[in-house]
Amino acid sequence: MNEAVIHVHRGGPLVALVGNPNCGKTALFNRLTGSHQKVANYAGVTIERKEGKLTTVAGKALRLLDLPGAYSLHPRSPDEAITVNVLNGRAEGEKRPDAIVCVVDATNLRRHLRLVLAVKRLGIPCIVALNMADLAERAGVKVEAAALARELGVPVVRTVAVEGHGADDLRGVLDAPELWRGEGNGAAAPESDARGDHEAVRGILNRLGLDHAVPHTVSDRIDRVVLHPVAGPLILAVLLFFMFQAVFAWAEAPMSWIESATAWLGRLAGGLLPEGALRSLVVDGLIAGVGGVVVFLPQIIILFLFILTLEESGYLPRAAFLLDRLMGGVGLSGRSFIPLLSSFACAIPGIMAARTIANPRDRLVTIMIAPLMTCSARLPVYALLIGAFIPKRQVLGGVELQGLVLFGLYVAGIVGALAVAWVLKRFTSARGQARALMMELPTYHWPRVRNVAIGLWQRVMIFVRRVGGIILALTVLLWFLSSFPAPPAGATGAPIEYSLAGMIGRGLAVIFEPIGFNWQICIALVPGLAAREVAVSALGTVYALSATGDDTARALTPLIAQTWSFATALSLLVWYVFAPMCLATLATLKRETGGWKMPLVAAGYLFGLAYLASLITYRTVLWIGG
Amino acid sequence: MPVSLDTLGVLQSAHVVALAAPAGAPEWAQWLTEIGFLPGEPVVVLARGRPGGDPLVVRIGDSTFALRRAEALCIQVEVAT
Repeated sequence: MNEAVIHVHRGGPLVALVGNPNCGKTALFNRLTGSHQKVANYAGVTIERKEGKLTTVAGKALRLLDLPGAYSLHPRSPDEAITVNVLNGRAEGEKRPDAIVCVVDATNLRRHLRLVLAVKRLGIPCIVALNMADLAERAGVKVEAAALARELGVPVVRTVAVEGHGADDLRGVLDAPELWRGEGNGAAAPESDARGDHEAVRGILNRLGLDHAVPHTVSDRIDRVVLHPVAGPLILAVLLFFMFQAVFAWAEAPMSWIESATAWLGRLAGGLLPEGALRSLVVDGLIAGVGGVVVFLPQIIILFLFILTLEESGYLPRAAFLLDRLMGGVGLSGRSFIPLLSSFACAIPGIMAARTIANPRDRLVTIMIAPLMTCSARLPVYALLIGAFIPKRQVLGGVELQGLVLFGLYVAGIVGALAVAWVLKRFTSARGQARALMMELPTYHWPRVRNVAIGLWQRVMIFVRRVGGIILALTVLLWFLSSFPAPPAGATGAPIEYSLAGMIGRGLAVIFEPIGFNWQICIALVPGLAAREVAVSALGTVYALSATGDDTARALTPLIAQTWSFATALSLLVWYVFAPMCLATLATLKRETGGWKMPLVAAGYLFGLAYLASLITYRTVLWIGG
Repeated sequence: MPVSLDTLGVLQSAHVVALAAPAGAPEWAQWLTEIGFLPGEPVVVLARGRPGGDPLVVRIGDSTFALRRAEALCIQVEVAT
């Protein structure tokens, strides 16, 4: 069955980057490949596969694969399993690497060299990249690359991934013909376990005079504050709060530029195209619909700027530590925090990341509540409604009210998820099952601008591809449904009222009228099931087609601010906190749980919860007199 | 005399003696070994969550890990004198 997959490989020999988590492997990968990166998924699993092109000093083209970080070659989670399978040539659609660059953190040789010894036994040509050598030196640990190379029997190159020193040396070593013949590896080492490798590493460090602990003074000092029982949670809350404030405050100017550009484009296209179906498709369908989603790009960039910076700095596992007790209270562990945090970007990688949870009950509960985390696809919906209905002013001395409401919506999702987990804890037997945390708290680093920028660029491209793919397709489909059949002769209302979409909307409005949704919202809810942000583009299209005059190019925000009641807007906001997840999430849920039962249960409970919460919100606001 | 890591006070130095995984999670012994809890390694508790002292922040060798009390209970240590 190997022949079946060989044809996918081209572009030169494959070099794999292997290393413990947090060894600076991805920074080195970015340094070596620059912008020549392809991000995809491994066959059959949603674990990110990063490949890049690397040119050696002599001009030889190599493919560089960034494998998921692993503590050992005995996988304990699915992403570690990918690394091990690729290295053994067992991964589907992946050839066995021709050479391995084993990245070690010079400040933590005790642990990292154990992996080198295990990797060496694979019998693949191997180079050790001695990363963070500058940090080790500053901490008083001078590692001689040549001496280490003699001890290990493989080439050792000093690299400082942050500054790109040594990247050229590494490119040079990859030119050496003896490397590819595997001559540097020496005789195949005998089989050994972690304990045997540990003894061997101790011996090496002893002979090199490096067998003393590296002080972590700066990190420890930061942790004394960040992990403090009182100050720690406070810092976390302030940080998240500031993040949501910034999402609104900083995005204002670029959003208005995009809005003006969309309006200008609409007028331009409207002027160039003849009156008729084509003009309607382009102006009302494409430009009003897609433009309505693209306008939220600045806010998505700001949100990810924060998430990526926190990830780079090493803060995120600390946040998981601080929240572990809270998670324990509802029957989960801090391990569930990472999948749930990924769900803030999108529930799908979140549900996939739940594979790292060994306990089956915990894993299922995490999967079931992951869709309640506010994914980035909800951001456009929230941003539209908040922009239209929450007054732009400062409260409590300088706090942006809009950012405060956004923060509140994120909190509502988290509280909802914890409440559901707590209810599930009552109904499922956890029976004192042991749950593992065992989470590394890496040394703090200054976030590297380059890595954050590359991560941000990849997020932007994912968003742009979504806009160009599913959002565009659904927008066009909705335009068709909203434009046909054409209104009968002598009709007085807007054409959409006579169309298929109009009929569907009116039908659904019967169900949703009690929670304050009009028929336009009901139409938008349907494509919103496929991808949540399409609800925004759908509203753009629906209102553009509902307009009878020449005002179709008007921005959506003032339009809905005029036509919806405050109660309706709040009800819709609350709806999207709990709304049944997009179809892709349901499909992932089915694949991960192996049947239709769980996705149906999830869709059912989310629908019920959303309807109930919206009903309470709508009725309460009406009662107060909103 | 060996005691469990959970009984150590904050910043009290010790070294790992042995691992004993609970019956419900035998795989923990290997996992803990692979992240560095090997006999002879220096270990110190850096911080504890509040309330209840759970989870713990532990320095093992040159690495820092967050462990739950249940995990710390599997790690037998000898306090440095």
